[in-house]
Amino acid sequence: MNDIAWIDAALTSARPRAVSALLRYFRDLDNAEEAFQNACLKALDAWPRNGPPRDPAAWLIMVGRNIGIDAARRQAKSKPLPDDDSLSDLGDAETAIAERLDDSHYRDDILRLLFICCHPELPATQQIALALRVVSGLTVAQIARAFLVSESAMEQRITRAKARIAKAEVPFETPGAPERSERLGAVAGMVYLVFNEGYSATGGELPLRAPLCEEAIRLARLLLRLFSSEPEIMGLLALMLLQHARAAARFDANGSIILLDDQDRTRWNQEMIAEGLALIDKAMRHHRPGSYLVQAAIAALHARAARPEDTDWPQIDLLYATLERLTPSPVVTLNRAVAVSKAQGPQAALTMIEPLAGDLSGYFYFFGVKGAMLQKLGRTEEARVAFDHAIALANNAAEAAHIRLQLDRLQQDSAPAAKKV
Amino acid sequence: MLYAVLCYNSEDSVFSWTKQDEEAVMTKLVAAQERMARAGKLGPVARLMPTTAATTLRKDREPAVVIDGPFAETKEQLLGFYVVDCENLEEALDFARDLGNANPGGSYEIRPLLVFRPGTLAQ
Repeated sequence: MNDIAWIDAALTSARPRAVSALLRYFRDLDNAEEAFQNACLKALDAWPRNGPPRDPAAWLIMVGRNIGIDAARRQAKSKPLPDDDSLSDLGDAETAIAERLDDSHYRDDILRLLFICCHPELPATQQIALALRVVSGLTVAQIARAFLVSESAMEQRITRAKARIAKAEVPFETPGAPERSERLGAVAGMVYLVFNEGYSATGGELPLRAPLCEEAIRLARLLLRLFSSEPEIMGLLALMLLQHARAAARFDANGSIILLDDQDRTRWNQEMIAEGLALIDKAMRHHRPGSYLVQAAIAALHARAARPEDTDWPQIDLLYATLERLTPSPVVTLNRAVAVSKAQGPQAALTMIEPLAGDLSGYFYFFGVKGAMLQKLGRTEEARVAFDHAIALANNAAEAAHIRLQLDRLQQDSAPAAKKV
Repeated sequence: MLYAVLCYNSEDSVFSWTKQDEEAVMTKLVAAQERMARAGKLGPVARLMPTTAATTLRKDREPAVVIDGPFAETKEQLLGFYVVDCENLEEALDFARDLGNANPGGSYEIRPLLVFRPGTLAQ
């Protein structure tokens, strides 16, 4: 690794802590980012000569803060003085900086920075784009590539998102326990959105979007280091690791989806699986199952099965039942029905999903599952109707292809069963 | 003399390496290990999961409490270790330097072993 590569890694890893501390000083996202950028430029000059500082984030915060203060002073000469509130603590530049860098601060600093990005007024895509730009430090070009839009469109999206949060009230006081927990929940949701942006990629998009999964995992690790005893954050990280562990096996050479049952399980990443399982183990001790943890536990049962037929479907059924209690939703019940079909047969699954028909009348996956169950029961004509429905409802070519693949697969599945009869 | 070579680095930073960087580092580390292995001097090697996977049993009160996370919050974390059989400290330091060349930042603590039992784990 050359100088530039390790400095780059050090700057990337220091970024969330440094930008979030600078945001606390300057109370303005653009100023905080600019101060950080300038500090990075100084680092690129100083670090190769002097070696890396012991604490790169603290170095960047101090240097960034001083640069920011100088800039504010220069501006102040040409403009009337801003009021004290908006300047925050710019005035006490010489006060004990060490105290300011106290680790207890940076937990809430980073949480605040992430929380700003998931402001409820921002649509999900803007939340993700903003977090990737501000917290992860991806370039606009990188984010634009991952979202498959032009650089100028992404630039606009980020500018708009920033303008919106600039008008919003950003809470700078130290949060109490309920606010902290609420923020953490919102931030966890946003991190999972980032992951899913990458995870839902198919075909040619794949190499462009998969890094989003890695970035989400990195953000979750960061969160868990800050909030080390939160079982839901352990669950979130475990869930993403267990899902991402399958990355190499999820697509064929053409970039088409390979279903779980057909994946070459030797290509699953055992290191990620081991880490995911270890995190679930830790989280279980808290006896506070949340939705990420339960979903992670379901993913873990798939990960533990060396062959599809080794999957513990009855246990997956139970976990989905828990998930239904925690976050009732027809989609969860639909997923549960898939486990039920494996554990108890297609008729039980069909009975379970029939009441969902009203809620899920526009959901392609519902008809996919329904068709599959009907086909297994030998009700071919009804199955075909359901499949046609599914294809018609697919939101994009990938979803339609996914359903078609599933159909092909199920047709193959039903062949030997028919022979038995 | 048997030495433990304990590897410390900022895990935030290590987990921010790109895949290519990571692979390049690993290739060099393996080469450094192979030199020791060929000389019959390389014992157990372990790479640890990140500290987010760690749990600590704290005995500073009764009964001992289980805490999520590593023993101490530090700027650099224990990421792995080697056990090597070296003539003297200088040779152990040479091995650590060799590892250090593969891998930016961080520190190696060279600690002579007092007791070593290879254990009963199968390969």
